[in-house]
Amino acid sequence: MRNIWTIFKRELRGYFATPVAYVFLVVFLAVAGALNYFVGNFFGREQADLQAFFVFHPWLYLFLVPAIAMRLWAEERKSGTIELLFTLPISLPQAVIGKFLAAWAFAGVALALTFPIWLVVNRLGSPDNGAILAGYFGSFLMAGGYLAIGACFSAWTKNQVIAFVVSAAVCLVFTLSGTQFVLNFLSGWVPESIATTIGSLSFLTHFNAISKGVIEVRDLVFFGSVIVLFLIANSIVLDLEKAE
Amino acid sequence: MIQADSLTKYFGPIKAVDGVSFEVKKGEVLGFLGPNGAGKSTTMKTLCGFLTPTAGSASICGFDIVEAAIEAKKHLGYLPEGAPAYADMTPRSYLGFIAGIRGLSGAARRQRIEKTVALANIASVYDQPIETLSKGFKRRVGIAQALLDDPDVLVLDEPTDGLDPNQKHEVRKLIGEMAPEKAIIISTHLLEEVTAVCSRAIIIASGRVVADGTPDEMEARSRHHNAVTMKLDKDAMAAAEAALKKLKDVASVQSPRDGTLIAYPEGGKSIITAVSDLARSKKWPVEEIYAERGHLDEVFREITQTAA
Repeated sequence: MRNIWTIFKRELRGYFATPVAYVFLVVFLAVAGALNYFVGNFFGREQADLQAFFVFHPWLYLFLVPAIAMRLWAEERKSGTIELLFTLPISLPQAVIGKFLAAWAFAGVALALTFPIWLVVNRLGSPDNGAILAGYFGSFLMAGGYLAIGACFSAWTKNQVIAFVVSAAVCLVFTLSGTQFVLNFLSGWVPESIATTIGSLSFLTHFNAISKGVIEVRDLVFFGSVIVLFLIANSIVLDLEKAE
Repeated sequence: MIQADSLTKYFGPIKAVDGVSFEVKKGEVLGFLGPNGAGKSTTMKTLCGFLTPTAGSASICGFDIVEAAIEAKKHLGYLPEGAPAYADMTPRSYLGFIAGIRGLSGAARRQRIEKTVALANIASVYDQPIETLSKGFKRRVGIAQALLDDPDVLVLDEPTDGLDPNQKHEVRKLIGEMAPEKAIIISTHLLEEVTAVCSRAIIIASGRVVADGTPDEMEARSRHHNAVTMKLDKDAMAAAEAALKKLKDVASVQSPRDGTLIAYPEGGKSIITAVSDLARSKKWPVEEIYAERGHLDEVFREITQTAA
């Protein structure tokens, strides 16, 4: 536990040590706000909820979360500090979990900084704050899922750009698999059960349920499993490839 | 305290380390020598638990580096090649991080950090980001990191690479001071470093140990070991050369340039007394006379080239 905490602190401080963190936060907040107001028609809908805000989160995360995750391991490999890290008395899972939690906390900070929109909606109407809280919770959970994918591919290369592109592509697959477009494309020639399975892997489907305020165990289990599975894959990739 | 037992490491089909065995006891400083790509760094990385050996085993203070990795690493301070460090951190936050991982806290933590900063002489750059430091300071920050927990075993991969002569001297002095309490391995391709700090040396070529001994023993393998060089007046050269050749235990005599004669002994025997007695009795006008210890670089070249 202590080692996870030490790694976590170093990593999180690492985010704020460079201007990258601030650039990221500004971009995230600007884009999240812009999508909400212009595309989501937040005011035009005249509804006291944050549906217009949350609906864009999967698409926003698709590009921004791999940007948080790409440096996690790729940078360690490039600078050679990975050799230092794994000759210190810590275990591989401790390092993997500590780093992941730091990135997740950073994503959480970015998400928390969108609070003015919550203030606005409370000022203009009386929204269901429980549903909004669930939306934030779901969004945070989904960010964790994307991050675990990003961390895994960051461990696979020492080039941050490759890490970004590959994880964005994999995240896209996990996002799109639930859209009507993909499901229509699959229907007819792929067995029903496989099409349903592919559809059920979608971040969109699981997130939409939570963002409407419905927290169901299967959605929590889904994101939890994605995180755990990709962190295990992350450890395996590191163990096999750390010498490269 | 350090034990390597037929350590072997493959990278795919390439054998980088091939059955390397050695032992380092407390108080010993072992020098790892070898040409670039000989497997020095790979051996060290495997020994320190960064790479998993394909075959064989290694242990630090009795803890197997694979089976009891965490325990072994607690007793180990390691400076990887090139002294990598988190560039955006300052030595202060960096050493704080290492102290956290090493489980140091409170007064012990403060004391160890203070002591290490003084030992590695990095107080003047303590609050500058590591990426802005010179090569010499980066290296010293790396050494500080390895020393922080006062480990029983130190493994330093090219600790003086990129340092100026003064800094090299300082680092060697530091290693010398710590030596009695620890088991230390350093890798280097500076042969003078071996003579300066190591109590034993291993030469590695193509992943195999090709020589293992004290620096003196290694030097004794040189053709130049105990050879006597004499500088004298040009006019006396011919007579002296002829007389030296007849001397007992002298194998050959060479004159690399005017006014200098080198007498090579038979089987590395000491001939300096015989030669100087001869010079005195014949009243040669000798300006300078000395016996060589041997050329380590020559031995190194010979061993590594025949092995490769």
